[in-house]
Amino acid sequence: MTIADIANILNATVVCGDNLDTEVLGACGSDMMSDVLAYVKEQAVLLTGLVNMQVIRTAEMMDMVCIVFVRGKTPSDEMIDLAKERGMVLLSTELRMFTACGLLYSHGLTGGEQ
Amino acid sequence: MNIQLHYTVSADDFTRAGEASGAVKAKLKQLGFRPDVIRKVAIAMYEGEINMVIHAGGGVADVDIEADRVVVVLTDQGPGIPDIEKAMQEGYSTASETVRNLGFGAGMGLPNIKKYTDDLIIDTEIGKGTRITMTVLV
Ligand SMILES: Nc1ncnc2c1ncn2[C@@H]1O[C@H](COP(=O)(O)OP(=O)(O)OP(=O)(O)O)[C@@H](O)[C@H]1O
Ligand SMILES: [Mg+2]
Repeated sequence: MTIADIANILNATVVCGDNLDTEVLGACGSDMMSDVLAYVKEQAVLLTGLVNMQVIRTAEMMDMVCIVFVRGKTPSDEMIDLAKERGMVLLSTELRMFTACGLLYSHGLTGGEQ
Repeated sequence: MNIQLHYTVSADDFTRAGEASGAVKAKLKQLGFRPDVIRKVAIAMYEGEINMVIHAGGGVADVDIEADRVVVVLTDQGPGIPDIEKAMQEGYSTASETVRNLGFGAGMGLPNIKKYTDDLIIDTEIGKGTRITMTVLV
């Protein structure tokens, strides 16, 4: 699944980033950043309802390729700037967390567990 | 190789927490360290940096980079940790509701640091502060 596929499935807006062809291998959905930091996955996407700089920082430390903001949340300019600097794609969807995760899962994206 | 880096971590502006860890990550990348090593250092240091901001009123970070290891020392003058054994347990947190609303306070930070480092030393004294020394071997 690529980032473009994710945007499609979630009917999400691309807030920033242009590497939409990047392959995504796993996903993590949480509003608690230390929960996210507990499980490293390669080329992962983060789904979250939290909107602050630490979301971008967390994804940065994890080498994540994409963040999806659920419930129509939109990141601040400062967040967008940092994400751009790090080459991350930011998406925003109106869907709620459960629905967004469920849709991606049913399209074959897993939590990254073997 | 022997490179020393020093950062001041301020607690005044939560949006800036993690800048030091981000800078170290960029430096290690520039020096050509393996991605998995960089990620371990970045995550562990970031958790420690956030802890200094949310629990200790800020502090300083000293990073020692050698060819075979990266050592990060985080020192604060905060309240100290009364019960380290408890603090090391997954899910134990004294974080306020405000901190939880910022996405922290799951009680996972110290266990994460333990998980991603090869050595972890916590020196703490009530009312004096805490020094966390973490080592990642290359
Ligand atoms: N530098 C510090 N100074 C004082 N107390 C600390 C410090 N670091 C951690 N603690 C104490 O140890 C507890 C556990 O820390 P830990 O990082 O595991 O969880 P947390 O910070 O509460 O939540 P999370 O890391 O999941 O966001 C904290 O809630 C706090 O009481
Ligand atoms: Mg913590």
